[in-house]
Amino acid sequence: MDKGKAVMGTGRRWAVDFSDQSTVPSSRDILDPPGFSRASPEQDDSATSRQKKDAEANWKLQKAWEVAQSPFKNLMMMGFMMWMAGNTVHLFSIGITFSALWQPLSALQSVGKIFEPFKDNKVELLMPKLVFLALNLGGLALGIWKLNTLGLLPTHASDWVSSLPPPQEVEHSGGGFAFH
Amino acid sequence: MAMAIRVCLLLLVFLSSAIVSFSLYEDQVGLMDWHQRYIGKVKHAVFHTQKTGRKRVIVSTEENVVASLDLRHGEIFWRHVLGTKDAIDGVDIALGKYVITLSSQGSMLRAWNLPDGQMVWETSLHSAQSSKSLLSVPINLKADKDYPILVFGGGYLHAVSAIDGEVLWKKDFTAEGFEVQRVLQPPESSVIYVLGFLHSSEAVVYQIDSKTGEVVAQKSMVFPGGFSGEISSVSSDKVVVLDSTRSILVTIGFLDGDISFHKTPISDLVEDSGNAEILSPLLSDMLAVKVSKRTMFVRVGGEGKLEVVDSLSDETAMSDSLPVADDQVAFASVHHEGSKIHLMVKLVDDLDTVLLRESIQMDQHRGRVHKVFINNYIKTDRSNGFRALIVMEDHSLLLLQQGAIVWSREEGLASVTDVTTAELPVEKDGVSVAKVEHTLVDWLKGHVLKLKGSLLLASPEDVAAIQEMRMQSSGRSKLTRDHNGFRKLFIALTRAGKLFALHTGDGRIVWSMLLNSPSKSEACERPSGISLYQWQVPHHHAMDENPSVLVVGRCGSDSSAPGVLSLVDVYTGKEISSSDIGHSVVQVMPLPFTDSTEQRLHLIADTEGHVHLYPKTSEALSIFQREFQNVYWYTVEGDDGIIRGHAMKSSCAGETADEYCFTTRELWTVVFPSESEKIISTLTRKPNEVVHTQAKVSTDQDVLYKYVSRNLLFVATVSPKGAGEIGSVTPEESALVVYLIDTITGRILHRLSHQGCQGPVHAVFSENWVVYHYFNLRAHKYEVTVVEIYDQSRAENKNVWKLVLGKHNLTAPISSYSRPEMFTKSQSYFFAQSVKTIAVTSTAKGITSKQLLIGTIGDQILALDKRFVDPRRTLNPSQAEKEEGIIPLTDSLPIIPQSYITHSLKVEGLRGIVTAPAKLESTTHVFAYGVDLFYTRLAPSKTYDSLTDDFSYALLLITIVALVAAIYITWVISEKRELSEKWR
Repeated sequence: MDKGKAVMGTGRRWAVDFSDQSTVPSSRDILDPPGFSRASPEQDDSATSRQKKDAEANWKLQKAWEVAQSPFKNLMMMGFMMWMAGNTVHLFSIGITFSALWQPLSALQSVGKIFEPFKDNKVELLMPKLVFLALNLGGLALGIWKLNTLGLLPTHASDWVSSLPPPQEVEHSGGGFAFH
Repeated sequence: MAMAIRVCLLLLVFLSSAIVSFSLYEDQVGLMDWHQRYIGKVKHAVFHTQKTGRKRVIVSTEENVVASLDLRHGEIFWRHVLGTKDAIDGVDIALGKYVITLSSQGSMLRAWNLPDGQMVWETSLHSAQSSKSLLSVPINLKADKDYPILVFGGGYLHAVSAIDGEVLWKKDFTAEGFEVQRVLQPPESSVIYVLGFLHSSEAVVYQIDSKTGEVVAQKSMVFPGGFSGEISSVSSDKVVVLDSTRSILVTIGFLDGDISFHKTPISDLVEDSGNAEILSPLLSDMLAVKVSKRTMFVRVGGEGKLEVVDSLSDETAMSDSLPVADDQVAFASVHHEGSKIHLMVKLVDDLDTVLLRESIQMDQHRGRVHKVFINNYIKTDRSNGFRALIVMEDHSLLLLQQGAIVWSREEGLASVTDVTTAELPVEKDGVSVAKVEHTLVDWLKGHVLKLKGSLLLASPEDVAAIQEMRMQSSGRSKLTRDHNGFRKLFIALTRAGKLFALHTGDGRIVWSMLLNSPSKSEACERPSGISLYQWQVPHHHAMDENPSVLVVGRCGSDSSAPGVLSLVDVYTGKEISSSDIGHSVVQVMPLPFTDSTEQRLHLIADTEGHVHLYPKTSEALSIFQREFQNVYWYTVEGDDGIIRGHAMKSSCAGETADEYCFTTRELWTVVFPSESEKIISTLTRKPNEVVHTQAKVSTDQDVLYKYVSRNLLFVATVSPKGAGEIGSVTPEESALVVYLIDTITGRILHRLSHQGCQGPVHAVFSENWVVYHYFNLRAHKYEVTVVEIYDQSRAENKNVWKLVLGKHNLTAPISSYSRPEMFTKSQSYFFAQSVKTIAVTSTAKGITSKQLLIGTIGDQILALDKRFVDPRRTLNPSQAEKEEGIIPLTDSLPIIPQSYITHSLKVEGLRGIVTAPAKLESTTHVFAYGVDLFYTRLAPSKTYDSLTDDFSYALLLITIVALVAAIYITWVISEKRELSEKWR
């Protein structure tokens, strides 16, 4: 009551305190309703923590899979963009292609970092990682394929001989019309 | 690497396909190019100084130019270049306002307006046979308000009206074979005397009425000895002529129609008799005779009596006589003494009276005086002043007045015969670039001006300032090498045997040198320059040596005359050495070897089939002996239609003790059937051309290997009937055949025949292609054909892995004996213009795409992309081909007016185009010569490797400064905001 008074004193009409954490019924003015057990959630400490951890691990795994599958969306988008860019070499198509190459590469480099938050003894991260790797490699392959369709890969003989100087000649000759 | 190159190349192709023509803006004219106008060696000069106003001299030259020059400064008022076959025989002034020229052996008479040079009339005179021609503009002759001009040429004597060029009358002398020698007109008479020879033995005088052309009287007299043809008219009724033995002077008097001979043997006049020669000057009552290297003045007395009044040394040039005041006649003579020339003007009547005596210091490299023309003027003290126009041995033209050279013109440059390039000296330490750029403030000011110009904010004064700044920008005419290789020297050899070094920046003459300056030995009296080679081009080692050029000359015009070699230092223009080589010069072959001082080895072939090695050092000999088996030599005998190949055999030690002389043996001959083919043109690649790659990549990634060989000879032959003028044969009679012949083995690699086509063939050979221009008689059009040569035997090199690992033989040295399999691609196009010469651009590494430089009949130079003459052109190129820059096939090559590199200028009498690479890969020097000279720098694929001259550095600087300032300001603002955020 005095609490209420105090509240009244500061200008509050009334208040209900929900933060009653006491577990002992005797300490309260009102009895608990029948069948209500105050201590039920925190009955077994170890059991609850295990349960909690399981849930977290599940959640982590789920997230890890999500991360692992995320390049797929990227892949689709890249594919679309590449299709849009066409097969001629210009600024746009080169930009797209190089970003398509760069993204998987940077992702592959930082595989460990990406999966670090999900690191757990109980979580099996190998499969998500492998999927992630596979998808990124797929992205890389797409980029390289695009590079090839643009004709920027040295896969033809012409790419290797285009700067070959003409061969030296063994014989030398000169002459022509006589001076007059 | 290859990928990067491809990307670059693709981008390049894009850039180049976007811009087809390379034109310049009006304000860029004169920034990179220069143009010099010349007239050539003066043959005749007529002064026109009577009237008040501009004083001028009318000249006609050996380059078939008639021009009016400003007497005060030597500038050209106007100039007309007649065709190459339209040689000028005479020039004179008629009616005081027309310049009359007679040309084409007396068959073309033209009148030009004196002040502005516009043609007033032109008359084509009937001509039946070729003969000497004569132009006579009588001063006092008047016939019915008309002033006839008398012209003899082609067997006819014509009287042509000076007013409108109409033929008043003509007299036919063709039947008799009468050769008119002189047309004389006694004063105040309407009868003219026409003196001539019949069959060189009979003197005939016709008296012709000048109004009607009727023969009033005719007298003839046979002279038993016969005449030699040289004639000097000494007065209105007397001429002096030499007899056929050149030992007797005959005075022919024809007073009142009676002919009288008076013989005077030369031996009566001088002791040492010899073959005499009558010199051309026209002196009254006197003649000049040259006998055994002395010039004698012989006075003609009343009865045809001759007496010697004076004699001079051989090297004296004389002018015609000129009437001065008081019925006196004067003439000028010029002779040399050391480095000075002495000009004397004497009275004809009294050789002791010297009216003028001047001596003038003369440049050694102008040689002797060849011609003198004098003119007089009245000085303020009423005495006679004289000005003399002299033509020197190097063809230069000088005006002397009051003991000084008033002006001079280097007319030798109108007859350039050979051109090569040379580097300038490397910049010395201590001369920093900052000195050239003045100060930073000036530099910045300049760039701010440029910025204003590019932002269209400049006032007219600013524009003028910008233009001026550009003209003298960044030391373009400095005498040192620059980083981009834009500054170079063009070394030009002229017909007069003079070498000129021209600066590419502004075209000025850096030095000039006459090969046969008078101080030279007597052994070779008059060597004529034949050709020019780069003798020493130091770059890697021997950097302290000066580069030099080799001038090959010959003592006389005969092909068996002994040759002269002269080495000239390019930096100083001094002759390092000059030697009579003691054998004739038929061909010169620069070899691809240099010795330790970077002197290039040269082989010189003589008429006996021996070759001589130069330089004559043991080192050169050892280098040559290493390659002895691999050096070949071929000769083209145009008259017989034979091409012969030779190999080196042995040292000609058996015959002479000269160890630098070698004998040759004949290896092969290609004989063209003389009844159906006549060689009209041969061509090889330029020996110093650089080819970047041997592969040509087609659109579908396929590789074609270029057949790049220096030992390929392009030969064009036509049917003998079709060797003449275009249109002189029917299409059925004429055929043009072109060959590609290997000059090592004599193997004909390709033969292409064009039925119904005719020469002249103008061709250009570069890398693996030939482009040639000829006339198609069936289509009545000019055609251009391109032939590209590819190597089939290398086409198997397609395995990528082998190429990646370098397991191929594509760069291994090849021999012509390995029997190349080759195939060609060719295509023909119509071309709307007649062509004088074709050249191709050349760049330092050969990466930049090429342009054909076509010297058109209008004396302009058209730049045509090589892409237009590409055999891969098709009617409907695919998308990929279009991307590569292949132009859809059209039946004729386009002539885009903006791609004339000469823009509004004309290189009159264009004869040749020379290209030379700059250090900057994109850029090439182009030098065209004819009567005029023209130089420009070209970038066939635009200047992709440098910023353009008008790039605004100020704008860049301002942008950078603004960006830095913006970064700083935003940083400060963000700091402040962050601080206030934290305080909240």
